[in-house]
Amino acid sequence: MKKRIVALISVLVITGIILAFLSCLVMPKYMSGIIEGSLTEEYYDDKAPHEVIFIGDCELYENVSTVELYREYGISSYIRGNSQQLIWQSYYLLEDVLRYEKPKVVVFNVLALKYNEPKSETYNRMTLDGMKWSMTKVNAIKASMTEDENFVEYVFPFLRFHSRWQELKASDWNYLMGKEPVSINGYYLRADVRPETGFPEPKSLTDPAFGSNAMMYLDKMADLCRENGIELILVKAPITYPYWYPEWDQQVSDYAQEKGLTYINYINEMDAMGLDMTTDTYDGGEHLNVYGAEKFADHIGAYLTENYDLTDYRNVPGVAAIWAEKESLYDSILQQQLSEIAQYGELMSFGKNAIEE
Amino acid sequence: MLFVSYEFIAFTILLFVLYYLLPKKCQWPLLLIASYVFYWIANPYYLIFIGTTTISAFAAGVLMDKAQGRADLAIKAAKEDGSYTSDLKKALKAKAKSSKWKILLVSMLFNLGILAVTKYTNFVITNINKFLEDGAALKAVDLIIPMGISFYTFQTVGYLIDTYRGTVKAERNPFKLALFVSFFPQLVQGPISRYGDLSKTLYGEHKFTEKTFTYGLVRILWGYFKKVVIADRIITAVTALIGDTETYTGAYVFIAMFFYAFELYCDFTGGIDITIGIAQCLGITVTENFNLPYFSKNIKEYWNRWHITMGSWFTDYIFYPLSVDKNMLRLSKWSREHLGKFWGKRLTVYLSAFIVWLATGVWHGAAWNFIVWGLMNFAVIMISQELDPLYLRFHKKFKVKDKAGYGVFEIIRTIFLMSLIRMFDCYRDVPMTFRMVGTMFTRFRLSTFTDGSLLQLGLGSSDYIVLAAGLLIILSVSIYKYRSKKDIRDRLYDTPWIWYGAMSFLLIITLLFGAYGHGYDATQFIYNQF
Amino acid sequence: MDVIIEILKELHPDVDYETNTSLVDDRIIDSFDIISIVAEIDDRLDVQIPAEEIIPDNFNSAAALAALVKKLEDED
Repeated sequence: MKKRIVALISVLVITGIILAFLSCLVMPKYMSGIIEGSLTEEYYDDKAPHEVIFIGDCELYENVSTVELYREYGISSYIRGNSQQLIWQSYYLLEDVLRYEKPKVVVFNVLALKYNEPKSETYNRMTLDGMKWSMTKVNAIKASMTEDENFVEYVFPFLRFHSRWQELKASDWNYLMGKEPVSINGYYLRADVRPETGFPEPKSLTDPAFGSNAMMYLDKMADLCRENGIELILVKAPITYPYWYPEWDQQVSDYAQEKGLTYINYINEMDAMGLDMTTDTYDGGEHLNVYGAEKFADHIGAYLTENYDLTDYRNVPGVAAIWAEKESLYDSILQQQLSEIAQYGELMSFGKNAIEE
Repeated sequence: MLFVSYEFIAFTILLFVLYYLLPKKCQWPLLLIASYVFYWIANPYYLIFIGTTTISAFAAGVLMDKAQGRADLAIKAAKEDGSYTSDLKKALKAKAKSSKWKILLVSMLFNLGILAVTKYTNFVITNINKFLEDGAALKAVDLIIPMGISFYTFQTVGYLIDTYRGTVKAERNPFKLALFVSFFPQLVQGPISRYGDLSKTLYGEHKFTEKTFTYGLVRILWGYFKKVVIADRIITAVTALIGDTETYTGAYVFIAMFFYAFELYCDFTGGIDITIGIAQCLGITVTENFNLPYFSKNIKEYWNRWHITMGSWFTDYIFYPLSVDKNMLRLSKWSREHLGKFWGKRLTVYLSAFIVWLATGVWHGAAWNFIVWGLMNFAVIMISQELDPLYLRFHKKFKVKDKAGYGVFEIIRTIFLMSLIRMFDCYRDVPMTFRMVGTMFTRFRLSTFTDGSLLQLGLGSSDYIVLAAGLLIILSVSIYKYRSKKDIRDRLYDTPWIWYGAMSFLLIITLLFGAYGHGYDATQFIYNQF
Repeated sequence: MDVIIEILKELHPDVDYETNTSLVDDRIIDSFDIISIVAEIDDRLDVQIPAEEIIPDNFNSAAALAALVKKLEDED
């Protein structure tokens, strides 16, 4: 009898270890090419305090240079953004931030208001899998799941990703035990240039009003910030495509006025910040490259320092040391990209060329 | 809630825990509640159907029992007061039998009527419409077909006939009967249990023992392995192959035939393994439904090894009663006198067999495909029956029967033949099936197997490796059973490391290589629809 | 008994019906044979075997079959 129990327990433990190992192995690593899946989890590794938190989609994490904000203004910030980050995900990521720290200012990009329902399983996984477990994550998953998703597959990602045994890549083995940072405080740096050549005409809106679900989460976000004494700033990033309709602009404007919030549509300030879409974008105008992101950071940083009482962390030695590392990471990534561009005319270890076949 | 769903697994685990935690006398009531919850989750309306069947069967059973009881009492009374004669006994028995017969007939027709209306109305309408003008066409009706209705109806009718025959006593507790009709692991796809068998363990009090429970668990894991790793993976190719009848002709039909045979085997036997395994975990014995069907040397043997409970149901409740019916015997006598020895012997047997196979075809589905499929089985069995003397002569002369290779040949021949007949439930309709099978002989290109065409069916080379490895594992276990006539679990159980290691192995390969979860379509058990 | 063995011999001449007690279980006789047996018994002995008596136990040996026939005769 005793022998049987020992065997049972040992086998259970070994099975657990094997499954845990396999789970780590088949989880997508998001280390090159498509790196967005790594953004959420990198936040937890950062030791510096953040007085400004950006939350939103690619219009923030590719467009605001966090290092530039620090260099120019001493602002210590973090971007909690992911591909097509839906507003409920932004809300819960903010809730998640509050479990660790209390920022002074939260900047939210309003483009996500156009989505009222869960959209894509892939983006859900990239945004949510990296979150640490808490009720916030549970709620975020529940709010985000598409109809054919199952909560169990978030609890045990192995159930979702087990079929990747058929497509394991070198990176799955290389980053089995630990990953490298792919962003600098949530900022995804791109140094290549592909000028804007024009966009298709916007389709006419059938229903200009934002969905009630999206608006509910905007309310929740405003309430959460108010309760915690955080200034919430609504922004529309300086990007003209996807099209930002005047009807939408008006609605956000009205909402901000009603709630006493600040709303800045940076599309109107593109000239003021000196954005030149022939040189400041890497994909024909949908996202800014590092040159554009620095210009936007200069502009928004000036506004933030002027209007809010933010610490200049360049004078706080402990934090400055952490930021010094960020700066060197930033510079080395930039250097690597510049040399790749010089050598090949395009990026090889970033973006679509770096997606493992 | 299908077997392959997180919900079903959670449901089952919860049931196991409650089953062994609650007082033992609550065990069967818990199963009843669980079964009704299972059905309710699938669709609350189903409960009306299964409830009606249960109540009608309960009433009929009790009434038949009472009719018999009255006759027995009268005989006993007559014996006591001296008025007993053998004629009186005969008369009383005959009277009881005739009133029981009426009850049986009404209750049977009622329940088979429900089955017929829900499953076959639209089939009848479509066929009537073929004879009508377009304008006069009847509209198809939107009917609920309760999950597993064919299975539980047959199970109930079996109970009624057994009660009529007196081989079982009618169940006097309506809730116990309700559990017999609705026992959830076998609702989805059988087996079709007999009341006399299942009631032995279904209502008993079961103590948790490591042996029974882990035997059940191994069986469940084995079932999931076959279903999730093999059947749900190969189904991609099967669907592609039978879905495009323009492209996939010739050798592809041949491939489809064997892929489908493999898929159906893993899907159906895997599902039954899960059913029997769950029952075993609960201490309940469910009749086996398969006994190495692909090791059969002829079709008759195959039907004694494949879907056994269905075959024996048709034999016991249709084939025998039909064959030994007074009128049949009269016909048999007449044919012997008038048609000579040859037909005299065969006419009634063949007639009964024909009816049974027609019924088997209809039972499988409301479509001509299944009817033709059933009759093809009939034809092959009759032909091999008639060829039997020829075989005997052949074997006397050539003495190949005892050679091992010949046995393998017979097995492959049977698999081929059964798979060929089964093509009727693959393709859209009967003419299409004939056409496609025809191309197998006219447009067969061997290069299909070597030129990479196999990789265009939705399966990559890694999939084929998994399938081949799976086949190897299943084959090894089957050969062990075939050779030793023993349950492999008896061999493994006594070495705890191997026993638990085997479970862990099955669990891990099923989780890792299984075609389940997001990204795979929710695949249904094929036998669900029957 | 003799008649029964005679009937059985006609079906499968090379089986030893005196000793074999698992005719059905070993699949020596199948469902078709059983029907033939029932028909022959009806013909030669004028005993009707009802469907509910067609169970393996009654057909596994010549002796069991004879006992069944005797039982049914007595009931008449």
